[in-house]
Amino acid sequence: MSDPLLAVTDLTVEFPTPRGPARAVDRVDLTLTKGEVLGLVGESGCGKSMTALSALRLVPPPGRITSGRIRFLDQDLLTLPARAIQALRGKRISMIFQEPMTALNPVLTVGEQIAEMVRLHLRASRSEAKTRTIDLLKLVGIPSPDKRWSEYPHQLSGGMRQRVMIAMAVSCDPDLVFADEPTTALDVTVQAQILDLLAGLRERLGMSMVMISHNLGVIAQVAHNVAVMYAGRIVEYTSTKELFADPQHPYTRGLLGSLPRYGEPGRRQQRLNAIPGTVPPLGGVGKGCAFAPRCPLVVDRCTRDEPPLEPKRPGHETRCWVVDRVP
Amino acid sequence: MTTPMVSSCAPSQGPAQPGSGPLLEVRNLAKYFPVRSGVLGGTAQRVHAVDGVSFQVAEGEVLGLVGESGCGKSTMARLILRLIEPTTGEVRFKGEDLVSASPRRLKALRRHFQMIFQDPYASLNPRMRISAILEEPLIIHRLGTKTDRAAQVRSLLAKVGLQEDVLDRYPHEFSGGQRQRVGIARALILHPQLIVADEPVSSLDVSIQAQIVNLLQDLQVDYRLSLIFIAHDLMMVRHISDRVAVMYLGRIVELAPVEGLFRRAKHPYTEALLAAIPVPDPEIKHDHLLLEGDPPSPIDLPKGCRFYSRCSRRVPECLQEDPPLLEIEPGHWVACPLVTP
Repeated sequence: MSDPLLAVTDLTVEFPTPRGPARAVDRVDLTLTKGEVLGLVGESGCGKSMTALSALRLVPPPGRITSGRIRFLDQDLLTLPARAIQALRGKRISMIFQEPMTALNPVLTVGEQIAEMVRLHLRASRSEAKTRTIDLLKLVGIPSPDKRWSEYPHQLSGGMRQRVMIAMAVSCDPDLVFADEPTTALDVTVQAQILDLLAGLRERLGMSMVMISHNLGVIAQVAHNVAVMYAGRIVEYTSTKELFADPQHPYTRGLLGSLPRYGEPGRRQQRLNAIPGTVPPLGGVGKGCAFAPRCPLVVDRCTRDEPPLEPKRPGHETRCWVVDRVP
Repeated sequence: MTTPMVSSCAPSQGPAQPGSGPLLEVRNLAKYFPVRSGVLGGTAQRVHAVDGVSFQVAEGEVLGLVGESGCGKSTMARLILRLIEPTTGEVRFKGEDLVSASPRRLKALRRHFQMIFQDPYASLNPRMRISAILEEPLIIHRLGTKTDRAAQVRSLLAKVGLQEDVLDRYPHEFSGGQRQRVGIARALILHPQLIVADEPVSSLDVSIQAQIVNLLQDLQVDYRLSLIFIAHDLMMVRHISDRVAVMYLGRIVELAPVEGLFRRAKHPYTEALLAAIPVPDPEIKHDHLLLEGDPPSPIDLPKGCRFYSRCSRRVPECLQEDPPLLEIEPGHWVACPLVTP
């Protein structure tokens, strides 16, 4: 393993509630090496998007980063002055959002929006920026890019808009891209196109990527390593291969069990192994393990003390008292 | 559009059931929505949302309906329940045509077919308590005394996995999964024979989806319901359905028993759809049979096969006519000129 490109240590994000501060992200540690795709998987409210927004220092108020460090190359992103972080955003680190319709500016043509980034970050002239933008539109597979340059977001289909978002994200050759549910709003055939495009671009441009998704299928296809999050905490962290072949945490096992099995006839012969109960609301995690109220393996200790995230086997960390440590 | 193709030979549901017709029969159903364009709203164009669809649903059968956004599956749901008027075609419930039924007759029949909506946040009245939401269908259909109705509501709660203390609460107090349980209870309270569920789990978290699908499956068996399960999640559709219909731009392009469809898909669109499913197993290598582009606009429909522009196997003859849905194998219907028995 080479030096990490991104190292998140002890990251905590809190939101004030009437009952006191609630942790949306709870002491998260992550590392990402150059060229790696890290998957962040979990259900809504588990803190996966907030973790990404923290790295760009875009946590929406009243949320606040209350502890931790995010080291990117040799800088700590959390202590950089505002001007320095602005210079990094979009240039060295960029983000692809789930809903391109709300993330794109509706009153600027798609070409102008991308060109704006290029001019700002690469100090390109107007005409240089336009040429580069048209190249970028071509790169992300948009047909007749010089015509599309002057169209507005509403004139494009969902898949095309997501391509524009991707063109914008890679416009300045970033080192790191956060992709936050980039295919969730898309149809399955278009999703396949976009995943293919992202994989191709990553290889060509040598970017690292954090892929945030609730879709275990998407994660299995694109990520090298995966962190599973639940209620703001990482509960399992290992290679993608290991996670799907031998999931350890009862929550991960539950998530995988909730899916209809691929390649097996479903239907009446079997029920899905649903996880009982619901995800705790923000700030609703009590003492002990956050998953304890829904866990089939729960023991007394789980409701008293929170288990640490520790390697149960080489390269495979799990936050659980019950799952055995392999000697 | 109204070629004799399917009307005379609507897809059957496998083994014939002597003496009993299908519970639901849809024949040549079409819905066109007018679109205005131009400043004065002059030019009359039409969106072909559903365009000549025929199928049947047997008693106790689960029919999955899949397709991408804009393929007409939600319009289908609304047409079947006659929440909107079809442009042409028939919807027969136990042999009785709903399209020509009088308002009074329609209201009486509606007891027997109900709907579960996608968004449990938008489909429950926020100003009504759960008890009132569940009782309302019984009041509308004048069923039982107040005490009977209360008893029915209570007995149904347990069936959908809710506690009695939810009755005095309002929808906003519940999570998405619990709201969907309320939506299911509301659909079931009249003991319908057919339920149309339009993307019932797609707005829910993965772990909750499984709970709701299990619940639907149990209820389907307990009540011997016929269920039309509309979804874009193909694996979920495979899990729950007996037969599956694939829609593309307002037409059914393939209709088959579930395993026949998933193991031996014949239409190029179905093949591409299945190949695009992201499989939760990193060991499975994907040969993405990538579809190019997006579906064409349902306003300017191309001549010939609607899938032509994205099809990997297209040949010139595909442009000659909109291919009819033909029975290629017993029970397996495909609309593609290249697929022959």
